[in-house]
Amino acid sequence: MSVNEKAAQAAGAATGPSTVAAATPAPEGWEPKIIGFACNWCTYAGADLAGTSRIQYPPNIRVIRVPCSGRINPQFVVRAFQRGADGVLVAGCHPGDCHYSTGNYFARRRYLLATRFIEYLGVEPERLEVRWISGSEGQKFADTVRELTEKIRALGPQRRLRETL
Amino acid sequence: MRRVGVFVCWCGSNIAGMVDIEQVKAAAAKMPNVVYVEDNKYTCSEPGQAAIQKAIKEQNLDRVVVAACSPRMHENTFRRTVSGAGLNAYLLEIANIREHCSWVHPDKAAGTKKAVDLVRRAVYKVAKNVPLQRASIDVTKKALVIGGGIAGIQAALDIADAGQPVVIVEKTPSIGGHMAQLDKTFPTLDCSACILTPKMVDAAQNQNITLMTWSEVEKVEGYIGNFTVTIRKKARHIDTTKCTGCGICWSKCPAKLPSEFDLGLGQRKAIYVPFPQAIPNKPVIDEKNCIYFKTGKCKACQIFCPAGAIAFDQKDELIEEKFGAIIVATGYEQWDPSPYGEYGYGRYKDVITGLEFERLVNASGPTEGKIKRPSDGKIPKDVVIIQCVGSRDEAKGIPYCSKTCCMYSAKHAILLDEKIHAHPYVFYMDVRTPGKGYEEFYKRATEEHHATYIRGRVSKVYQKGDKLVCLGEDTLLGKKVAVEADMVILASAMVHQPAASKLAQTLGISYDQNHFYTEAHAKLRPVETNTAGIFLAGACQGPKDIPETVAQASAAASKAIGLLSKAKLETEPLVAQVNEGICSGCLWCKPICPYKAIDGKVIKERIAGGKTIERTVASVNASLCQGCGACTVACRTGAMNVLGFTNEHILAEVDALCL
Repeated sequence: MSVNEKAAQAAGAATGPSTVAAATPAPEGWEPKIIGFACNWCTYAGADLAGTSRIQYPPNIRVIRVPCSGRINPQFVVRAFQRGADGVLVAGCHPGDCHYSTGNYFARRRYLLATRFIEYLGVEPERLEVRWISGSEGQKFADTVRELTEKIRALGPQRRLRETL
Repeated sequence: MRRVGVFVCWCGSNIAGMVDIEQVKAAAAKMPNVVYVEDNKYTCSEPGQAAIQKAIKEQNLDRVVVAACSPRMHENTFRRTVSGAGLNAYLLEIANIREHCSWVHPDKAAGTKKAVDLVRRAVYKVAKNVPLQRASIDVTKKALVIGGGIAGIQAALDIADAGQPVVIVEKTPSIGGHMAQLDKTFPTLDCSACILTPKMVDAAQNQNITLMTWSEVEKVEGYIGNFTVTIRKKARHIDTTKCTGCGICWSKCPAKLPSEFDLGLGQRKAIYVPFPQAIPNKPVIDEKNCIYFKTGKCKACQIFCPAGAIAFDQKDELIEEKFGAIIVATGYEQWDPSPYGEYGYGRYKDVITGLEFERLVNASGPTEGKIKRPSDGKIPKDVVIIQCVGSRDEAKGIPYCSKTCCMYSAKHAILLDEKIHAHPYVFYMDVRTPGKGYEEFYKRATEEHHATYIRGRVSKVYQKGDKLVCLGEDTLLGKKVAVEADMVILASAMVHQPAASKLAQTLGISYDQNHFYTEAHAKLRPVETNTAGIFLAGACQGPKDIPETVAQASAAASKAIGLLSKAKLETEPLVAQVNEGICSGCLWCKPICPYKAIDGKVIKERIAGGKTIERTVASVNASLCQGCGACTVACRTGAMNVLGFTNEHILAEVDALCL
C-alpha cells in the first residue's frame, strides 16, 4: 500500500467511508451534474464535431473552454465539487499533440496527483475523469460523456465537498 | 453594475427547433447584470449583427453575450460587430448552444435547461471581462535561413526574388548540402550537380543574399518579427577578400585526411574546399589536422599563396544580427548502419551505404565515376541492394519509412546496369513509389534493366573468397536464397541531424520522438512551427526527396515573405500577466513556459518605514507569450493569470454552471 493510499484510508477512517454518499438514496428526479474543462484546440473542437455530426449524448455535461489542458488548475476542480458538481471531466489534446507542445504533459502529471488528492478529501476518484480527445474525435467525446454520466449516476450525488448553503 | 445584453440566436431551426428560445430569454433576463435580451433568426447575418450594434448604442450596453454557435465559428465575427459599435472587442462572450446543445440533445426540456446554464456561464464570465488592446510590433525586414542545402538555397532565392534580404547560415565550408553529393536524381536521371550548381551560383550572386558558410547559430532571442540571432563565424584562417580560390594552397599542403564530403572514400588536405564546385570557392584550414597548428611548423600554404590570403591568427567571430523571420532547413543525416552486425558494414569494405555509392558513381567522386569496389578496385558484376536498413525497424529505433530509399535503390539498380552492366538484386520489404513518374521509374529498373527484386530480408552477409554471400529469404516463394555478390549497397535510413534537438532548444521549437522538427499542424500548417515566425523546410521536418523539399522550401519562403511584407504585426492580447504585488519571484513559471516568454526582472519597491528595496518578480514578454496558461497553474501565489481566461473568470464560470 502506497503512502497516499494509507493516507486516504486514514482520512476515510477518521470521517467515515467515502461511499457514504452513495449509501443515501438520490432524491427524486436527480440528474448528475458534470462540469467539463476542455482545451480550445482539441477537445472543445471534438465536442463541436460531435455537434456538427449530430452525435447524441446525455445533456448532463456543461463545458468550460480553456486555452489548454495545462491551464486547468486543480483548484477549479475542487471548486466545482464544492459548488455541488457530481463529476468533472478534464480533457485535452493527446500526448504529443498539444497546441502549445507541452501543456498536456503538465496536465497529465497534475491529474495523477489531483485524483489522489480528491480521494484524500473523501470524494470517489471516479468522479474525476481525465481524457485525451482530439478535434477529430467527436464520437469519443460523446462516448466519454455517456460513460461518465452513467458512472456518476451509479455513484449518486456528490455530497462530501458540497457546501451546504 | 454592468449593462449586459444577451442575444439569443435561432439559427433558423437549428437552435430554435430543439431549444425553447422564449424560456432562455426569460431566464436570461433574470440573470445578474443583464439589462437587455433579444432574439434573432440569424444573429450572424447582417441584420442580426446590426441589431446587436443598435442595442449597444440604444441600451448603452457595456458587455455582450451572444448565445449561438461555437466560438470557434463566429467569435471573431461578433468581436468585429461589437467593436464596430464602439465597444472593445473583448467585452464579448459566446454561449455555445448549438454544437454543444441543440444539435446533440434531442430532449427539448433538458436541452433548454442546459442552454440556460450555458447562457448563465457566459453572463457570469463576461462580467469579469475587461477591455484588451491588440498591440502592434515592428517587423525587421530580413530573413535568416539556417542550412545551405537545396531547401535553404531554394527558400533564400524565393525570398530574395521577392525583394527581401536573406542570410544563409551554413555550418560546413560550402553550401550545397547532401544534394551536392548525389550523382543522378530520380525519376529523370538528371545529373544532381547540373541542376544544383546553377542555383548555388544564383544564391552567391544575388544582391539580396548573404552567405555565411563555416558558421553556426549560437543563440536566438526575441520573437516573431524581431529575432536577435548570434551567429558564430568560425575562423577560416583565410582572408576571403584576398583569396582567389586558385588552389595552390591545397595542392601544396602535406597533411592528407579522409574527405567528409566523399564519406571517407577519398582524401582531402588540411586546407581544403570540400568539393570542386564549392561555393564560396575559398578554402578553410582544418585546425585540428593542420601541421602548423599542431607543431608550429610548416606554413606551406602561406609560403605558396600568391595572394597572401592565409591568416593563421584569425579567431572565431560572434556576429549579432536582427531578423524578422527564420527558416530552418537543416536537413538530415544518413544513418550509420553499423548496428546491423549481420550486414557486416565496417567489417567488409565492399558493404557500402547508398550515399557512399553516390560518391563512387559520381564523376567528381574519388573514383571519377568509375564504379569500382572499395576493397580491390574490381568492377563488380553482381550487386545486392538491401532496402529498409534501419527504416521501419523499431528495434533500431527508427519506426518510420525513410521515403526515398525505394526510389534511390531503383536508381542505383538502373545506374549499375547502364554503366557497368552489373546485375542488381534488390531485397525489399515493400516497394513504395508514390510520386509523379515514380512507379514508371521502378518498372524501368525491373523491366528494362532487369533488376531482380526479392521480397524478404537479408539475415546474413559473409565473405566467401572474394565474394560476399547474402543469405536471405524470398518470402513470396517461401524459399531461402543465397546471392553471391561483389558489392552490397545498404539503403540506409534518413535520420535527424545529430544536433537537431540542441538547435530546437536554441530556437524554442519542438521536435518529435525521432528528433524531426514538428510542424504546427500536420495537414493545415505543414511549414510553420508552433513558434510564430519560425518556418520549416526540407528533411529537418521528416524524410523527403528533392521535389518535396523544394516545394516545402518555396512554401516556407512564401510564409516568410508574407510576414516580412507587413508594416506592423498585430498581437493577440490574451496573454499571461503578472500581478507584481503578490509575485514572490520564485520563477517556477519560467521553466514551464514552452515559449521562453517569462524571465525575472528586478523592481524597486517602497516598504513600510519609507525604505526602498529591490526584489525579483516574473516578467512576461507579451510578444512571445501564446497564452497557453501553463504558468498560471505553476504559480504558487496566484500572481500569474491569462487575460481572457483568468482564475476569476473560470471560477465564475464554475459557479454559474453549478447554480
